[in-house]
Amino acid sequence: MSAILAVLEQRDGALRKVSHEVVTAARWLADGLGGTVDALVLSAGAVAGSDQLGRFGADRVTTATHATFARYAPEGYAQAIAVRARAGAYDALVFPASSTGRDLAPRVAAILGVSLVADITDAAVADGSIVATRPVYAGKALLKVKLTGRPAVLSLRPGVFTPVERPRAGTAETLTVDAPDRGGRVVVREVKAAAAGTLDVGEAPIVVSGGRGLKEPANFKLLEELARAFGGKAAVGASRAVVDAGWRPHADQVGQTGKTVSPTLYIAVGISGAIQHLAGMRTAKVIVAINRDKDAPIFKVADYGIVGDLFEIVPRLTEEIKKLHG
Amino acid sequence: MKIAVCIKRVPDSETRVKIAPDGKSLDEAGVKFILNPYDEFAVEEALRRKEQAGSGEVVVFSLGPPAAQETIRAALAMGADRGVLLQVEGIPTDGLAVARALAAELKDGAFDLILFGKIAIDDCNHQVGPMVAELLGLPCVTSVSHLDIAGGKGVAEREIEGGIEVCEFPLPAVLTVDKGLNEPRYPALKGIMAAKKKPMDIKPAAPAAGTVGIEVVALTLPPERKEGKIVGEGVAAIPELVRLLREEAKVL
Repeated sequence: MSAILAVLEQRDGALRKVSHEVVTAARWLADGLGGTVDALVLSAGAVAGSDQLGRFGADRVTTATHATFARYAPEGYAQAIAVRARAGAYDALVFPASSTGRDLAPRVAAILGVSLVADITDAAVADGSIVATRPVYAGKALLKVKLTGRPAVLSLRPGVFTPVERPRAGTAETLTVDAPDRGGRVVVREVKAAAAGTLDVGEAPIVVSGGRGLKEPANFKLLEELARAFGGKAAVGASRAVVDAGWRPHADQVGQTGKTVSPTLYIAVGISGAIQHLAGMRTAKVIVAINRDKDAPIFKVADYGIVGDLFEIVPRLTEEIKKLHG
Repeated sequence: MKIAVCIKRVPDSETRVKIAPDGKSLDEAGVKFILNPYDEFAVEEALRRKEQAGSGEVVVFSLGPPAAQETIRAALAMGADRGVLLQVEGIPTDGLAVARALAAELKDGAFDLILFGKIAIDDCNHQVGPMVAELLGLPCVTSVSHLDIAGGKGVAEREIEGGIEVCEFPLPAVLTVDKGLNEPRYPALKGIMAAKKKPMDIKPAAPAAGTVGIEVVALTLPPERKEGKIVGEGVAAIPELVRLLREEAKVL
């Protein structure tokens, strides 16, 4: 009997959306290997929503608690997960490749002495082995690898594995256990929340990005207004050129040395479409480009393009979007 | 302050990816290689910390092919004191193999800080730094975008979804650094000339201990996006764009 351990993520005592994606992918792998899914969440107390994970295919949900686990505790989390992983003799551990998962999964893999395949966008089971696909060169190529070690450690690119309800026959068992008592040397002293209402560029369903065509930093106001018109669903991104010029923070940069985004709608405004930028947004479902140069490379990847002056087009587009959401 | 910086030779971010005939690797013909952009921030941070402390040493380590000597020279030109090349024919796909070879080399170095870029822009593994930390039993903070160090302790900020985590840690420690931490300097001509005379130790990488668990099946190009269309010119095209987004793309 094979088993998969799905490592979930909570913040402030509530499961993050990516947790359902992790359980969904774990269920999929478990079906391929003929096995069960154990889900594990670390926290200081009860986690809202963890009793609902049976619907997404978890056979057992364990909440491992420790007084230091209210916030992310890198060393304590890694140790607690490694202890569970060893005890369960799992075939695979599945993490989210979120900012926390990107920090945590390598630690767990190193403790266990096994390989990690990070940030995967697809996985399948072939002849009893897991074969995973991951973007490399920031999405300019796809690398397919076979995991030959046990347990195989995988992290999933957030937003790619759509959560699917796969209710288990019985009720999923929910347990609360004490995590091993090991403090960490790295302590998260505080979490500074971003301003209310601002979405992370990497997570927003709609991204409105600007480049040098905006001419000066203050003109990003136009894009902020357009983003607001989408009623809290859009974030403002930026090209490398304007981040390097100091117009926008690096957290907003889309491209090979910034974020790789896969929103439902990506609107590129005044961005010519350098290859390193295209690498970061080519997996968006729909791309719209607004640029005055009809030969700009961005139009080669855009589904819909408008050629013209962004300073005229963007405010009018904002009005039209407002009407739809009004 | 004794600081190690682990750097990587990677294809330039403007590279057009072509697949080699083996169907499993990058065709390197005509590809320009650079110091991984995130590693530049790590080198710069190391130099600033040493300058601030008034004394110390910045040692650059790279696991790579013989040509990675140029990458090490680039860091020496910025101001690092010496370099170590752990020579391999091909860089392993498995981050753990790389981490083990680096950890074996760093173990007895008595470094106060071991710095990495947060990710290499070629294999995008983002794992070697925290793996080295675990192998050496050192505290680690990843994706650091702001850093204060005083009295043997550090405070680092790292970006998370919708916020910033503020982490405290004791030295010695491993940090992986993000863009925004600093503004890397350009090597001056004097630095480039000096770099040629700085010591570089070249030795074979330690054979990766234990099993390696990743086998490359294929490297492929992603599917091309469907050819799009220019909806029109100027503000007159907006109603049609909105209609297409609603009715054809169904995203509004």
